[in-house]
Amino acid sequence: MVAKYDLNDDTVVVVIGTGAGGGVLANELAQKGVKVVALEAGGRYLPEDYVNDEWDSFGQLAWLDARSTSGDWRVAKDFSGLPAWIVKAVGGTTTHWAGASLRFQAHEFKTKTTYGDVQGANLLDWPIDLAEMEPWYEKAETKLGVTRTGDREGLPGCNNYKVFEAGAKKLGYSEVHTGRMAINSVEYDGRSACQQTGFCFQGCKWGAKWSAAYTDIPRGEATGNLEVRERAHVLKIEHDASGKASGVLYADQDGNQHLQKARIVCVAGNSIESPRLLLNSASSMFPDGLANSSGQVGRNYMRHMTGSVYAVFDKPVRMWRGTTMAGIIQDESRHDPSRGFVGGYELETLALGLPFMAAFLDPGGWGREFTTALDSYENMAGMWIVGEDMPQETNRITLNHDLKDQYGLPAPNVHFDDHPNDKAMRAHAYKQGMAVYDAVGATRTFPTPPYPSTHNLGTNRMAENARDGVVNRWGQTHDIDNLFISDGSQFTTGAAENPTLTIVALAIRQADHIASEMGAGNL
Amino acid sequence: MTVQTKPKGMTRRQLLSRSVAMGAAFVAGPGFIAGSDAAWAMETTALQPASMATLIQMARDIYPHDRVGDEFYAAAVKAYDTEDAAPEIEAGIAALDAAARGKGHASYIETGWERDRVDILRGMEDSTFFQRIRGGLVTGLYNQKAVWPLFGYEGESFSQGGYIDHGFDDINWI
Repeated sequence: MVAKYDLNDDTVVVVIGTGAGGGVLANELAQKGVKVVALEAGGRYLPEDYVNDEWDSFGQLAWLDARSTSGDWRVAKDFSGLPAWIVKAVGGTTTHWAGASLRFQAHEFKTKTTYGDVQGANLLDWPIDLAEMEPWYEKAETKLGVTRTGDREGLPGCNNYKVFEAGAKKLGYSEVHTGRMAINSVEYDGRSACQQTGFCFQGCKWGAKWSAAYTDIPRGEATGNLEVRERAHVLKIEHDASGKASGVLYADQDGNQHLQKARIVCVAGNSIESPRLLLNSASSMFPDGLANSSGQVGRNYMRHMTGSVYAVFDKPVRMWRGTTMAGIIQDESRHDPSRGFVGGYELETLALGLPFMAAFLDPGGWGREFTTALDSYENMAGMWIVGEDMPQETNRITLNHDLKDQYGLPAPNVHFDDHPNDKAMRAHAYKQGMAVYDAVGATRTFPTPPYPSTHNLGTNRMAENARDGVVNRWGQTHDIDNLFISDGSQFTTGAAENPTLTIVALAIRQADHIASEMGAGNL
Repeated sequence: MTVQTKPKGMTRRQLLSRSVAMGAAFVAGPGFIAGSDAAWAMETTALQPASMATLIQMARDIYPHDRVGDEFYAAAVKAYDTEDAAPEIEAGIAALDAAARGKGHASYIETGWERDRVDILRGMEDSTFFQRIRGGLVTGLYNQKAVWPLFGYEGESFSQGGYIDHGFDDINWI
């Protein structure tokens, strides 16, 4: 029996967003008997609804509300109105993610200590460490069914992986495998095994890839404690005279506004919308936005140092057959300043279909230099680079008062400048990525620029000290006890690894904390 | 000098039409153009047929794929043949022709070598018109399902149970 709560019920926990952070948190709280209202801006799409066509799926799932960009990052030039490639749907971007599920390395929780002072970087140690996170990572891996963890086997390698692996080994890399993936190599937890269908980015039609949309959300609803309101777009968080969060104003699909009262509010709208919501919730008591006494709300926006390398061979590869992200090289993920930068990066195979390859291989490119590359599409292999980028105070989400969304609220502006460390790391990664393919006979390689960001991080960061960040070690805002941040925006630094596993682990941990604090009468 | 870029196998009717032929397409009558090989034909409602022919040539010059027939380029720019879009497109084509004349050619479409046409396009690469046409082609051309097999792309496999039994790991040269 799905729960149904009254708007005036001020005993509920309101969770904003239902992705890797909010969707997991809502379910975990519901499993513990906590009453939860989850507000989701998007609609509900399940495997039977997913479309295995890149642009059609993009139209179905992508978050396309008004946004603007600034800064020297190439995305601002190539995709000025689309800084991020994320999803507006129940389950959030867990419908779109590729499934790579890597734990952070120990030193990545302690970058200030490990890297020292990096000019222009606002580095800070996380208030938590790997040892504390390990049990939560294990719970997250079990939830997601991550391959190569526990007793779960790895996925088989597809054509794109085989080229990548052979090149990596010729180059002398040793940490090369088909990844730790939240994609079932065998049936697991009621979900089917991967059928190597491709289109992982478009929602897995087999349900072989973990997504909150068809796991945590329905399981939470089945407890009778969770009500998910879809197409409910949150406009503002309200507070009472004492400064505690008291409710959430949202617009339903017809544009009618409602105020849901709340005992606790948890924000998980992704690292662009979450700080925007806090800023748009400014009041006379909090003129700079909620939870912003540090001035750090919206700052330290990170998107990972990314890029891609595609290569053409003299024989077919057919990279689109099989999982989108089919393998990884981890040798470069270590911190080794002798390479000319701090932090490290992962190389992960990636395949795009012809329509997206045309859009992303060299945005703005044309003429035969461009088209002869696509003429060899069948002979192409590809990889994505994901590395740690430096938090910078000036890389930030701000309110663009000249651009309004469909509700008349200021749209977010996403400002990003690459840090010199990001550029040095990208140059190194391009070189290594191209060398991988050259080692197995590539006739042409393409150092492809970053796509709109799917990894959006850091804009409400976790800090031991209230002056350095927005939330504490539990994701609880330093300023407002019953206001939590539950998504990747709480990341203090970004690490080299894909963020979802850490977001999920933090959400499980946060649910445990909130439930016990509620039980103890502290919240 | 004008060099016909596609002299292959023309019918007498097509040869006769060459007095009005333009690049890959020819104007077959008022509001009507067709491929030089008669493999396709297209009615125009808002654009001048000659402008549509120029637009098709421009599309091919921006994203030249020698194994992709003109009908796909025609389909990719067909959406500009509306009352709303036509004035800006006609103005863009006029600017393109003016640029061609500025480089000593009779018109864009009568510029025989691709390299010369590309040189004309490079000169207007930052214009709104060029970027609109180029940007539209990214989806207009490459998102045509019928064009995918020409690149070897197979698209979805879910309807056949995925690639797991259809060659996901069949590479034999690595």
